[in-house]
Amino acid sequence: MLDVRSCATLSEAAGILSGDRQALLIAGGTLVMRDVNEGRLTEGTLLRVTDPAFRQVNAGGARVEIGAGVTMAAVLANRDLAYLHAAARAIGGPAIRTMATIGGNLFAETPYGDFTVALLALGAEVVVQAGYGSGRAVPLEDFLAGRERGGAGQAQGLVTAVQFTRPQNPSDFLFRKISRVKPKGISVLSIAAHLPASGGRLVQPRVAYGAMAPVPMRARGVERVLDGKPLDQAAIQAAKQAALEGTRPATDAIASDWYRREILPVHLGRLLAGEPR
Amino acid sequence: MAKLPVQFRLNGSERAGFVDPAGNLLDLLRRGLGDFGPKYGCGQGTCGVCTVLVDSEPQLSCLTLAISCEGKQIETASGMADGPNLHPLQQAFMDNFAAQCGFCTPGMLTAARALLTKNPNPTRDEVVEAISGNICRCTGYEPIIAAILAAAAGGAGMRRA
Repeated sequence: MLDVRSCATLSEAAGILSGDRQALLIAGGTLVMRDVNEGRLTEGTLLRVTDPAFRQVNAGGARVEIGAGVTMAAVLANRDLAYLHAAARAIGGPAIRTMATIGGNLFAETPYGDFTVALLALGAEVVVQAGYGSGRAVPLEDFLAGRERGGAGQAQGLVTAVQFTRPQNPSDFLFRKISRVKPKGISVLSIAAHLPASGGRLVQPRVAYGAMAPVPMRARGVERVLDGKPLDQAAIQAAKQAALEGTRPATDAIASDWYRREILPVHLGRLLAGEPR
Repeated sequence: MAKLPVQFRLNGSERAGFVDPAGNLLDLLRRGLGDFGPKYGCGQGTCGVCTVLVDSEPQLSCLTLAISCEGKQIETASGMADGPNLHPLQQAFMDNFAAQCGFCTPGMLTAARALLTKNPNPTRDEVVEAISGNICRCTGYEPIIAAILAAAAGGAGMRRA
């Protein structure tokens, strides 16, 4: 039978998660309670974290830290995080956004996890606390690779927060979710791009995809062809040609792998050109 | 494993029940407390028919741990009418034929109530967004959108949302 335990501190939760393989964190419940309702999760301990630090946002400075227990609704209510509002709004309807957390999104299986795609394009790090020690920052890309290797990504400790450098110019950050059902549907794919420029040329652009691989992925081919170039028609055309590099989309109830590959370059081109869907 | 006590205000009345530690709020409301307003639809957070307000914010009761609601204010569609007098949103749903089979209606009403509480004069796009987590397989949504806009125009958000 499932037990539930409340943890007053992040350390307490991290200690239990590190030592008990049957312990599982529950935050908003949008992932864990699905498994409970469907009878896939019947044994072990669900951990609730009541530590206020789990829901803290520090978004005013150059380095942003968002607690893993911060909800999508809280992101939308924070003006300092306006560049992330499109990504937060892409998650479910209002009731889901009241519940769903940043930390939970890191574990959402494809084709979910659109907010993580935005974090990946921002070069975020995930703060993971193992045992009772202090947390260590892990690049999100490494964290996701670990999640892909280890299935559900458990036994890594407690994710306490995500950190990233705030975009100097919020308009350099672009996000788009493509779904068939309007206004809200599950992702066919999602794209996030951080395109800082200097002297009219892109500098170390970062582009990420959702639903184009088992976990959110960097579009390294696109980044390579855009780096150092002005964002003009030629660069966008080159980006579209490089769009599929490294992708491994799945066929699921939302779309086939073929369809995802067909439409990715089209939507990437539109996003980069600032065109509507 | 022992059941746990939980106590909260449900539609203005103090209520208490015993739940399995990992039991969800919807089970407690329906089986424990006899509030059959919110329904069990998908159990996955997709359909929105179990939507309730927890401290005025919409939540999916099938995905909410019941014990996390200790001391909170829970509002369901069952508490919207005042005796024989329908809530303006309920009246607008009737007037605009916004219910066919009616299964989605409690969730739609609750989602609309959450919207009008915060935004008494929503645009059509805002109404569409507010009910985007609620599925209706009968109406095609248009009568529901019309009903919510009509309720807003009649001041439902200002009066009793």
